[in-house]
Amino acid sequence: MAGSTLASPSAEAGAPAAAPAATGRDTWRRFRRHRLAVASSVLLGVMVLGVLVGGLVWPVAIDEIDFSAMLQGPSPQHPFGTDDLGQDLLARMIYGGRISLAVGFAAMLISTLVGVAVGALAGMSRGFLDSALMWLTDLFLSLPQLPLLLLVIYLFRDRLKEVFGVEGGVFVMIVAVIGGLRWMPVARLVRAQFLSLREKEFVEAARAQGAGPLHQVTRHILPNAIGPVIVAATIEVSAAIIAESTLSFLGLGFPPDIPTWGRLLFDAKDHLDVAPHWALFPGAAIFLTVLSINFIGDGLRDALDPRRVL
Amino acid sequence: MPPILSVRDLATAFRVDGRWRPVVRGVSFDIGPRETVALVGESGSGKSVTALSIMRLTPRDASRITGAVRLQDRDLLTLSDAEMRRVRGGDVAMVFQEPMTSLNPVLTVGFQIAEALVAHRGLSRSAAEAETVRLFDKVRIPAAASRVHDHPHRFSGGMRQRVMIAMALACRPKLLIADEPTTALDVTIQAQILDLIKLLQDEEGMSVLFITHDMGVVAEIADRTVVMLDGRAVESGPTHEIFRRPTHPYSRALLAAVPALGAMQGRARPTRFPVVDRVTGESAEPGEAPDTVQPANLLEVRNLTTRFELRGGLFGRLRGRVHAVENVSFDLKAGETLALVGESGCGKSTTGRSVLRLIEPLAGSVRLDGEDILGLPPRALRERRRRMQMIFQDPFASLDPRMSVGAAIAEPLLINRLASRREAHARAADLLGRVGLKPEMADRYPHEFSGGQRQRICIARALALEPKLIVADESVSALDVSVKAQVINLMLDLQASLHLAYLFISHDMAVVERVSHRVAVMHLGEIVEIGPRAAVFGAPQHPYTKTLLAAVPVPDPARRGTRHGVRADEIRSPIRPPDYVPPERCYREVSPGHLVQVWGAEWEAAAA
Repeated sequence: MAGSTLASPSAEAGAPAAAPAATGRDTWRRFRRHRLAVASSVLLGVMVLGVLVGGLVWPVAIDEIDFSAMLQGPSPQHPFGTDDLGQDLLARMIYGGRISLAVGFAAMLISTLVGVAVGALAGMSRGFLDSALMWLTDLFLSLPQLPLLLLVIYLFRDRLKEVFGVEGGVFVMIVAVIGGLRWMPVARLVRAQFLSLREKEFVEAARAQGAGPLHQVTRHILPNAIGPVIVAATIEVSAAIIAESTLSFLGLGFPPDIPTWGRLLFDAKDHLDVAPHWALFPGAAIFLTVLSINFIGDGLRDALDPRRVL
Repeated sequence: MPPILSVRDLATAFRVDGRWRPVVRGVSFDIGPRETVALVGESGSGKSVTALSIMRLTPRDASRITGAVRLQDRDLLTLSDAEMRRVRGGDVAMVFQEPMTSLNPVLTVGFQIAEALVAHRGLSRSAAEAETVRLFDKVRIPAAASRVHDHPHRFSGGMRQRVMIAMALACRPKLLIADEPTTALDVTIQAQILDLIKLLQDEEGMSVLFITHDMGVVAEIADRTVVMLDGRAVESGPTHEIFRRPTHPYSRALLAAVPALGAMQGRARPTRFPVVDRVTGESAEPGEAPDTVQPANLLEVRNLTTRFELRGGLFGRLRGRVHAVENVSFDLKAGETLALVGESGCGKSTTGRSVLRLIEPLAGSVRLDGEDILGLPPRALRERRRRMQMIFQDPFASLDPRMSVGAAIAEPLLINRLASRREAHARAADLLGRVGLKPEMADRYPHEFSGGQRQRICIARALALEPKLIVADESVSALDVSVKAQVINLMLDLQASLHLAYLFISHDMAVVERVSHRVAVMHLGEIVEIGPRAAVFGAPQHPYTKTLLAAVPVPDPARRGTRHGVRADEIRSPIRPPDYVPPERCYREVSPGHLVQVWGAEWEAAAA
């Protein structure tokens, strides 16, 4: 990512050099050995940078209708082509990408945090609390998602719009719904890890030294359980981006005039035969984001494991 | 007579990261008809890989075997894969270390053996079943005809190893390769399996290649011995020659480090192992440890009882209880070592953990310096744990893989807020030096250390809080002999300088004899005999103690025990029905401090 001095905060988002490990330099060295993960970080960094500052470089309005340029393929005027109203697809993707990526990361954060909290609590407590939390997890797993979404949107859309505005309200709702319905696999994973790690001799050794439960969890159990959680979290990002497209596709997500990547795909489906580029670019963007996040997850898992000597 | 198996210049290399790494580098030996040859060496010496190379069981693409392996008149290394498959299980059979995982859990054991008979010897189904019963009889499995229809989980470890041996014998092999077949077994069961292998060898007229790390087992079973080090056979010859006059320095170092039962006769105090230099073969005379025992009791355990409830069924009905520790009482003085010995499931580890309250005992009292630990609230208990620390069995599992060793050693100080971060790390470096490691190693991670070094790190971590009592739970059992000797020497040195009291939990009678002042023998959760080391080892009273001592392999071929037939006793289980009431026990004092449980009718047969 040389030369990206313009917006260093966004560049940082793609390069997870500041991983929370004891020896940052070793972690970074191990991460660098994972070629695909490094390449993916660069790719994701470019995409994040692109959606954040792309509007400055490509200052075209997203809703500028031009019927003379309907369904055009890529050209110097419209690098990604245009849609059926002649709107510039590159500008729309830059705008929509912000929302898609933000939804993906925010939903991942929520589902992972809730999942880790529930799983850790269940894994550490024996007896009733463990059973109760697992019943809750199973309950959530068995909820039919789409009817529930409809219900939630019907009940809360207007109230959230009042508080956060149109876009903000839908964003909060979608993130909460996706995050709140996808924490269960993480919780089960974390609980299983905790159950086995809790009985490991090094945890018992910590207990023998006088460590309380909180110390055991934060210093010994959680760091050793983090590998699978990171992989699960990266899958959550991809799942959330795809879930948002599904919602947009069904008309339950953002208003139709906000071009998230999923919405673009939805709109493109009727014109696939004449304007394949319309579906191709947002599709490729989702695909590349999900792929690179998964590779970064792999790289992170390996980098955070000091046993790995490549 | 021509040898059955002749190995010449066998070399095996594995490909690791694109480079060939030699593991076995030129090993040659012969095995004559009806002969037992032992391959002995420490972990990483290439002994198991040698056996796998003979069978051509190493991964085909990632390994390279050169040299010659002649089984009678055929070179096994040049055979086609199909011919080799007929050799495996036909002419050469193999028995592995882990009896728990080498049987398929969803098939009956009889079916698994009959399958081999149908495949290799072309028997019909019914003939194969009859033959299976005969094989079970041969390996002395009691009630063979009914047990062939059982699934593997109904068999204990020793019985499973018998099943594996029966399976190996199914096709009347000329050569049996046994790869550490008794390492995972208890000492009395090990003695049974060794006897069984010897007996079967006579009956079947087969040759045996026996791979082991245990010099005691070698002395017990092998006619000739090959000592391996770093993939080379450094010494080979008749077993009694090697034990009497080892020529290679490494053999000498290895033999010096072997704890021999009975070596402590006439010595009053624990004694360091003699340290023999691996290169020169020179040895330093072992010194008796100084007298460290203080008059006052540090730990007083009275009527300690720990039981685990087994629940099952829909509503968690009580199905039974594991009486892991029953009414155990003992004292431990400052600077003293009390050994708890017994076989698996006897409750020795649970006793150690109950004393530290890592497991909550059901009843009894544990007094440390006069204060009852069992009544303390959690916060006070954490405070008291500073005075008693634990060293665990598996040095690979007891260190957090994500924590540098310096951080691991400093951790107890930080948890208990006894030092600032900087002080704690300085102290960690200091402790590393104390256990014979370099202070600069503090930044490394556990996977960079060998087993012995890790156990030193665990000891350093336990010492960080300056405890008075250390519970050492099988702390040297997982280590190689020479490393074991060094770690024990370190523990004795630390006892001398810090006046530590050890509760030394072990199944290894020879090690226990070396390190302990007093010994308590446990059986099914109870102490059956306790007393000064010299009294318990010199004049054992309880039938169980006698059985245990008789079963220990003695690393001296001249004293190879003559046993009376092969017994098939199993270790009894401490699981009892919910309404079980443990019997009242009383102890009689045979000599000062030497107490023996008065035994009931169940021991009469064994005592007679």
